[in-house]
Amino acid sequence: MTKFRWLILFGPLVLFAALVVFLLKGLGSDPTELDSALIDEPVPQFEASDLYDTEVLYDQSILQEGPVLMNVWATWCPTCRAEHEFLNELASRGVPIVGLNYKDDSRQKAVKWLNTLGDPYVINLFDPKGKIAFEFGVYGAPETYFIDHKGVIRYRHVGDVNQRNWSNKLQGIYQQLVEEAK
Amino acid sequence: MIRGLLVAFSAVFMLVFTASAENENSYQFENEQQRATYRQLIKELRCPKCQNQNIADSNAPLAEDMRDRTYQMLKEGQSREAIIEFMVARYGDFVHYQPPFTTITSILWWGPLFIVIIGIGTAVGLTRKKKAAVELTQEERQRLEQLRKSGDE
Repeated sequence: MTKFRWLILFGPLVLFAALVVFLLKGLGSDPTELDSALIDEPVPQFEASDLYDTEVLYDQSILQEGPVLMNVWATWCPTCRAEHEFLNELASRGVPIVGLNYKDDSRQKAVKWLNTLGDPYVINLFDPKGKIAFEFGVYGAPETYFIDHKGVIRYRHVGDVNQRNWSNKLQGIYQQLVEEAK
Repeated sequence: MIRGLLVAFSAVFMLVFTASAENENSYQFENEQQRATYRQLIKELRCPKCQNQNIADSNAPLAEDMRDRTYQMLKEGQSREAIIEFMVARYGDFVHYQPPFTTITSILWWGPLFIVIIGIGTAVGLTRKKKAAVELTQEERQRLEQLRKSGDE
């Protein structure tokens, strides 16, 4: 009987504390940042032409010899402009990044952007209708996908890549993929 | 005054009507059933970009792409379920306004029932306790007897 009494007295308190922890966790999360549905899935099949030369064609095999990053960008996207310099820096440190030019205003504009701001990408994919991006579940730009050496998508970052989130989180994820490939 | 209001109302109504009709203008359906399925699907699918809007209401380019894809797949003869599955595979459960029943979402169904059961249990427990007969000790019984007698006098 006394045990039961304790349960009645403190049960609600414990439930309340659990609720507070649950709601506090929700308070810090960004609802616009969605988890990708393709985590731990192989990269989808696609066929894309090169941004510089539309005669050159690529398929998903270019992403199957990772670890490699795939960055979704466009000239109409201000945040892409903000992260571009840091992508250049990552490229100079030897991080391979594939660029996916997503529904850009025109091919010329995108090429001009890379010529003036520098080209951090090992390969430039041209996706004027957003068909490839649709297969990846892209819902905005910029987005960066982390793909391992087996061609499996392991992480998706939404928003710009910068020094802060690279050191805090993203570098760790990339390094782990590099370790796994050894 | 009333006439002015009426004119304004009908103008707004017509604007709304033409706006919603415009979304479909470029689409040619084979029959009314296909059109109905399309309309139902774009109401059920959620836009990942402008959250809290379905792809019928949203003007985001992504919602447009999703409507296009829905239309194309319907034209190819794909079923409602196949289209939903296709979208969920790319954009996650988030994209469908009817979440599937999984271990995590089951709490949404069972949670309220669980709380009601706790409530009823507590209420029943508390009322029963009050009804329970009070046992008197030998001493108390004697004292009660005394009090009764003294009351009679």
